[in-house]
Amino acid sequence: MAGPGSDLPDHPDWLWRTPEPKRSYDVVIIGGGGHGLATAYYLAKNHGITNVAVLERGWLAGGNMARNTTIIRSNYLWDESAGIYEHALKLWEGLEEQLDYPILFSQRGVLNLAHSLQDVRDSVRRVEANRLNGVDAEWLDPQQVKEVCPIVNISPDVRYPVLGGTYQPRAGIAKHDYVAWAFARAADAMGVDLIQHCEVTGIDIVDGRAVGVRTTRGPIAAGKVAMCAAGHASVVAAMAGVDLPVQSHPLQALVSELLEPVHPTVVMSNAVHVYVSQAHKGELVMGAGIDSYNGYGQRGSFHIIERQMSAALELFPTFARAHVLRTWGGIVDVTPDASAIMGLTPVDELYVNCGWGTGGFKATPGVGWCYAHTIANGEPHPLNAPFSLERFTTGALVDEHGAAAVAH
Amino acid sequence: MMLISCPWCGPREEAEFHYGGQAHVSYPEDPSALSDEEWARFLFYRDNPKGPFAERWNHSASCRRWFNVIRDTVTYEILAVYPVGTPKPVIA
Ligand SMILES: Cc1cc2nc3c(=O)[nH]c(=O)nc-3n(C[C@H](O)[C@H](O)[C@H](O)COP(=O)(O)OP(=O)(O)OC[C@H]3O[C@@H](n4cnc5c(N)ncnc54)[C@H](O)[C@@H]3O)c2cc1C
Ligand SMILES: [Zn+2]
Repeated sequence: MAGPGSDLPDHPDWLWRTPEPKRSYDVVIIGGGGHGLATAYYLAKNHGITNVAVLERGWLAGGNMARNTTIIRSNYLWDESAGIYEHALKLWEGLEEQLDYPILFSQRGVLNLAHSLQDVRDSVRRVEANRLNGVDAEWLDPQQVKEVCPIVNISPDVRYPVLGGTYQPRAGIAKHDYVAWAFARAADAMGVDLIQHCEVTGIDIVDGRAVGVRTTRGPIAAGKVAMCAAGHASVVAAMAGVDLPVQSHPLQALVSELLEPVHPTVVMSNAVHVYVSQAHKGELVMGAGIDSYNGYGQRGSFHIIERQMSAALELFPTFARAHVLRTWGGIVDVTPDASAIMGLTPVDELYVNCGWGTGGFKATPGVGWCYAHTIANGEPHPLNAPFSLERFTTGALVDEHGAAAVAH
Repeated sequence: MMLISCPWCGPREEAEFHYGGQAHVSYPEDPSALSDEEWARFLFYRDNPKGPFAERWNHSASCRRWFNVIRDTVTYEILAVYPVGTPKPVIA
């Protein structure tokens, strides 16, 4: 009998070149996480722009891309969000073929549990909104929740009883590292230079226009500069004198030891602050909400983990014998309306993509597609136009706290 | 978990406190005189430095009082604790 993980591919050889940075590029992307890599890929693929460098201060996709819990869904409340997340989900559905690389995209569904009357009302409203936007969504009563995920405790005798849940069958998970490698390999093959251990330390501006960057490996001229630094968005934007309405927080996650398959889907609960899936290899993957304070330390406080474990145990009593094997943290860039910022900046030919906070992995292909369009054309794609920086001045916020606050 | 020194109760564990974000942000004296840009800045823009940060904490599980802290956002080390309404101490 095949053991756990026997369906996984072998560890790959080098998938991309390690070029020396050239003195100049048409587009310089700051940040080699999932978003930067996907943007480079679609710049080359959709727009024929291949004289592109992705500059990464650490190793490729070692930031939030390496640290996220890989939940993919598109069941957000507002039309603007449904637009971009559903676009991303459709891309996910063809991505493995498109990139010709296994990314273990598994549409095992996502359940968002409701534990109070208000939760129920909000959830049912969100299901209706999702359907109007062509996003698959169902409202399940507790018994139906149990049918989808038999290990969920639906007893009414708990502190936060399960009153039902929303279910998106097309949602799921993917293997985050493979996604990054797949985009990196495909971008590299089209001529994009992926340059690791190259920290951007300054952005050169002449007459209100970005013309290049300074880096730990020397200055690099650029026709266009695209910021993609996630947790470091504020730090990078400040190099161009641009302020962003973003706060950087620690976000933690953890895994158990490898276990027999017990958990067939993804379960999230905003009210009790926990979400759980079981990775392909067998470990339980869990996360919670952000640590409240600002932090760039890639670590958070232990009481957050403790609370998330007690919430998980109440929902899944069968986890009582599981062990926490490893915990870690990333740095997430949180906006006031829990929606991303993607588009132009007050500086010409300087572009911003940030603010995806706790939930930008699922958007990776959609971000790449729309951001590449924005950069190539000097104006936003219709799907990211609502996520402009100006919305904080005009007041046209996209308030996704209900669908995004704890949820990822 | 951080150990935070409440000026009134002494060192207590972080779980007793509530975070209040950036310190020294005062309500505009004449809100209706602000432009949309200025109002947006007051509502939505806060400093987000990598390094020392002046921020507010409330000892919500005990004396329930607010105070200010300078904390390094990379090491999480607390560099100063000082009362609300007093100037930000200079960190060497
Ligand atoms: C614990 C955790 C769980 C999460 N769970 C989910 C989830 O289940 N589902 C979901 O959709 N999202 C999730 N997220 C959010 C998701 O990971 C992020 O929104 C997304 O990864 C951000 O885009 P990115 O991949 O480009 O970021 P990153 O991978 O962080 O890329 C940014 C890169 O910029 C680099 N950089 C920064 N400054 C500079 C500089 N000056 N010069 C050069 N490079 C620089 C960084 O080193 C980094 O590699 C989670 C995040 C965390 C931390
Ligand atoms: Zn106190």
